[in-house]
Amino acid sequence: MSIKKTSLNNLHIKYGAKLVEFAGYQMPIQYKDGIIQEHKYTRSHSGIFDVSHMGQLFISGGDDLTNDLEKIFPADLKKLKTNQSKYSFLMNNKGGIQDDLIITKTSDGFLIILNAACKYNDYEVIKSKLDNQYKLNLDESLSLIALQGPEAKNVLNKVIPGCDSLKFMNGNNYVYKNEKVYITRSGYTGEDGFEISIKNSDAETFVESFIENGSKLIGLGARDTLRMEAGLCLYGNDLNNDTSPIEANLKWAIPKSRIETEFVGSEVLKNQFQSGVKKLRVGIKPDSKVIARGNTKIYNDKNQEIGKVTSGTFGPSVEHPIAMGYVDNSYSTVNTKIFLEVRGKKIPANICNLPFYKKNYVKGEINV
Amino acid sequence: MSEVKYSKEHEWIKLDGEEATIGITKHATEMLGDIVFAELPEKGSHVDKDGTAGVVESTKAASDVYTPVSGEVIDTNQMIVDDPSKINEDPEESAWFFKLKIKDKKEMDSLMNKEEYEKFSKETSA
Repeated sequence: MSIKKTSLNNLHIKYGAKLVEFAGYQMPIQYKDGIIQEHKYTRSHSGIFDVSHMGQLFISGGDDLTNDLEKIFPADLKKLKTNQSKYSFLMNNKGGIQDDLIITKTSDGFLIILNAACKYNDYEVIKSKLDNQYKLNLDESLSLIALQGPEAKNVLNKVIPGCDSLKFMNGNNYVYKNEKVYITRSGYTGEDGFEISIKNSDAETFVESFIENGSKLIGLGARDTLRMEAGLCLYGNDLNNDTSPIEANLKWAIPKSRIETEFVGSEVLKNQFQSGVKKLRVGIKPDSKVIARGNTKIYNDKNQEIGKVTSGTFGPSVEHPIAMGYVDNSYSTVNTKIFLEVRGKKIPANICNLPFYKKNYVKGEINV
Repeated sequence: MSEVKYSKEHEWIKLDGEEATIGITKHATEMLGDIVFAELPEKGSHVDKDGTAGVVESTKAASDVYTPVSGEVIDTNQMIVDDPSKINEDPEESAWFFKLKIKDKKEMDSLMNKEEYEKFSKETSA
């Protein structure tokens, strides 16, 4: 299979991106400033992220669509107002996460944002579970641009006036160059920000207009350090087919109204709600400067293995190594002393609260 | 003039009598990106040619640092442990990694000179 390019590929090259393959796409890992500067610029000003490799799945048609989607996803879709978004999961029958995603109610159905590496499989799974009754469109004629950081609202407002009135986890239609764009107030950095769905052919000039207004392109490297500081999960690292939303400490994303109802994996989740889980995702802060990356083994003070790190890096804003991982439930309390095996040595660390970096979202009517 | 040579693992080595100073090249730092962690060998320990003698980590990944020659570690640069970003700033001068009392000068023979290394690093990063 040949490597795919997003509509911003030329722009990435123009701004000096170091390109890597990610989920079948050629994507920028960083630009000239490097990961730390890009990370800090997003936190202090605003950063532009090309996330066009992610799936934009539009589902429409039929009065029973909401009902049928609730048989798949554990979200309260009936209560969702038009243009409101919810974080949810596509699960398997064992309650394991096949993908984590954002569902937004649109005027004629739903828009689901899927992870790049999962999107084609998700499409097939969702299509078959819906018995081919509805219109599904994994729309690759659209790009997806994230604009994140404290200045994001000012930058976007200069290009598309009125966007700053959007509430967190809400979206709406706007017009750019006589074409429809769909904007939601959301993101993956722990900052206020927006994600804009825009026609491929308009994406480049759209992004250039952000750059003219003082924003900078940010690569996947900084996207990863930003989301880790914000305590957010990366599918494939922190979430996979063998971990449930309860184990992943994402219980908040399963509304109480859905616990007794049926959806894919509901039996297992209901059980876990009642009886608890054996392992739990936690934040981990090493005592020293040593970085514990994914797959690092975690031990207790008796040298017994109690878990594994799933993501770890140096947090440029907290100026310290940070990690998250799964530990045996009895070690998941904040301030529990643990040990991380890095290059044969046991490095002391503590279980800590997530996020590492405090959120700065603009809150709307959301109950997280 | 002391002699500077380069290894295929992107270390530089400057020999001054029997004392060698070792660090990583500017090209290596450009490939690694922002360095956020450095671990150095213990003073007094012995390191063998092409063996690991330290670690550097960027935000993205960890990489071993190898020693281009064998010898006894007589000094290490605490500055880069305290502030690893110095390695990106000045990799081939003040941000050296460790100093060795070398065992066998002949081990230097297999290493590249500046011109050879520049050609090598261009070819391998292409």
